Amino acid sequence: MSQSVELKNSTQEILSKITLEGTIRNQAREALGSLGLPASKNEEYKFAPVTRILEKNFNLSNFTVESSKVTDISSFAINYLDAHVLVMINGSFNKSLSSYDDRELKIELLNQESGKLGTLADYKTDALVAWNTAAWSAAIRLVVAENITVKKPVIIHQIIDTTNQEIKCFNRVLIEVGKSSELTVVEKLDTIGNQHNGFSNVVTEAFIEPNAELNYVSLQTDSSRRYHFSQTSIWQARDSRANCFTLTMDGKFIRNNLQVILDGEGCESHLLGLYLVQGDTLVDNHTVVDHKKANSFSNELYKGIVDDNARGVFNGKIFVRPNAQKTNAFQSNRNILLSDKATVNTKPQLEIWADDVKCSHGCTTGQLDEEALFYLRARGIGEDTARAMMLYAFAGEVIESLKSETIKSYIDSLISERLHKNF
Amino acid sequence: MLTIKNLHAKIEDNEILKGLNLEVNAGEVHAIMGPNGSGKSTLASVLAGREEFEVTEGEITYQGKNLLELEPEERAREGVFLAFQYPVEIPGVSTINFMKTAVNQVRESRGQEPLDAVSFLSMMKEKMKLVEIDQSLLNRSLNEGFSGGEKKRNEIFQMAMLEPKLAILDETDSGLDIDALRIVANGVNKLRTKNNAIIVVTHYQRLLEYIVPDFVHVLYKGKIVKSGTKELALELEAKGYDWIKDQVAVV
Repeated sequence: MSQSVELKNSTQEILSKITLEGTIRNQAREALGSLGLPASKNEEYKFAPVTRILEKNFNLSNFTVESSKVTDISSFAINYLDAHVLVMINGSFNKSLSSYDDRELKIELLNQESGKLGTLADYKTDALVAWNTAAWSAAIRLVVAENITVKKPVIIHQIIDTTNQEIKCFNRVLIEVGKSSELTVVEKLDTIGNQHNGFSNVVTEAFIEPNAELNYVSLQTDSSRRYHFSQTSIWQARDSRANCFTLTMDGKFIRNNLQVILDGEGCESHLLGLYLVQGDTLVDNHTVVDHKKANSFSNELYKGIVDDNARGVFNGKIFVRPNAQKTNAFQSNRNILLSDKATVNTKPQLEIWADDVKCSHGCTTGQLDEEALFYLRARGIGEDTARAMMLYAFAGEVIESLKSETIKSYIDSLISERLHKNF
Repeated sequence: MLTIKNLHAKIEDNEILKGLNLEVNAGEVHAIMGPNGSGKSTLASVLAGREEFEVTEGEITYQGKNLLELEPEERAREGVFLAFQYPVEIPGVSTINFMKTAVNQVRESRGQEPLDAVSFLSMMKEKMKLVEIDQSLLNRSLNEGFSGGEKKRNEIFQMAMLEPKLAILDETDSGLDIDALRIVANGVNKLRTKNNAIIVVTHYQRLLEYIVPDFVHVLYKGKIVKSGTKELALELEAKGYDWIKDQVAVV
């Protein structure tokens, strides 16, 4: 009993600090009040007890944020990537560190409700989304008109500066890709200072119009004091493509909700994820692939290498609605545990109401294949190199299909370094 | 080159080798035959350094060194090569990259410079001819989706690349049709020199028509119970193993 009272109190405390008004904000606020932050028995947060973690590590009665004095973020750049650079620090847009032009797409900064913002990510069932929807402080809106292939990717740095205080920040991103257009967006978590804990809650909504394509890359490699929640909801019209890639290599607590709604025929969706975690990182990827119409294809591959005391969670839901005949939906989650204390919890959930579909799912969790290791060593390859070769090959499968060579080679360099690639 | 004395080895609590003796000199080909479960593959595994097997007694001297003290990769770098009975599939690692890493680590251990890409490729092309293996196969993930024959050819290709002093072929012929067998055996014969030695572990005499051994040993219940020349293999083929078992029983 005492615990539920306590939970309720922190929800009340949070609500009392939200002062922003708006039609959707108010509804979200109400939703947060009735949902409450996830209780310890909440099935969706079973292995990621976010409420307890936040209560333990953050002061939830004070949400004031100092503005950052940082003037240089060049160390966060992706080498050789010519991009539109958008910088969010501690929940506000930083214009002087950003560099972009609007020749290829429209880039807007919002601090009030507008257009489609808040219409896709479901704040009525998830309290963390409700919290963000009620309390977000800054939003970036990207709009691509019809028939435009945007050449430069957009990179959004979600930075927290914890030099002087703990940070809790709430941002949004709204992406609209017009008919037959193409856009690549990279979201990158970066931390400055690292003196205090930082919590970021980012909700991204993307609308992909007919025959358009969105490549969405999320890079979570920054700091062991980062606590991060993300909800990414993607809506696809007919014949559109969504290619999502999520890389997690660091952070104290990372929870990613990725939802893709295939709301037209001929859609194609790729959900790729790679988590290489160590120390005491907890990474939880919850994905939903929702096939609403016929003749679409989705493929999901999440792989994890989990070391030390780190924990990985994967939950993959696939819905195939009654109208979604001839759906092809595939899902796979594979994990390698490198230590006795590392754990992975994986759960596929398929709900299929159509009868003429091809769906498959599989998950494996195990150690490095000793027989394969012996095979490599028996050819003269040292044990460390042999291990690195196998782990690199395991992880490499996930990045193979990334379209941008620059982004791919950047990710490849991160993976190679983590896995001590020396061959 | 290789001297095995009174070798006892077990896996978990099963003693498989029970006092095996063998002497192999440079330039020789030895065939080890024997019924299922006699310890043939165990011998191959112990020589290559597979860790599941525990040597409880005896010694193995290879080129004056105590082989049992060496890690599997150290043995390989000293020139010991095991052609696996069941080559392992490793997704995501191409045979070419794997071999380049292996060849260069072996060279490094001998104080040689690593091969550059051009020299490596020309060496590879030369060795590919020996075993009639196609480059497209070597570009693919190691052994993944290979047929039985392709896997065994890949083993002999690797042997050619690493130029071992002592090669152990563990049932390299099992499961191959006659064409594949011929290709594999031809490859091995081209690699035979007066400076290296080969131990052929096999279940079937057929292979020995193509790789002609200098000595044939019969392994039974963890010991070599009979040794002879290639005629012994023919005798085994004609009579089966029962007469050996009977002889051992009488003794």
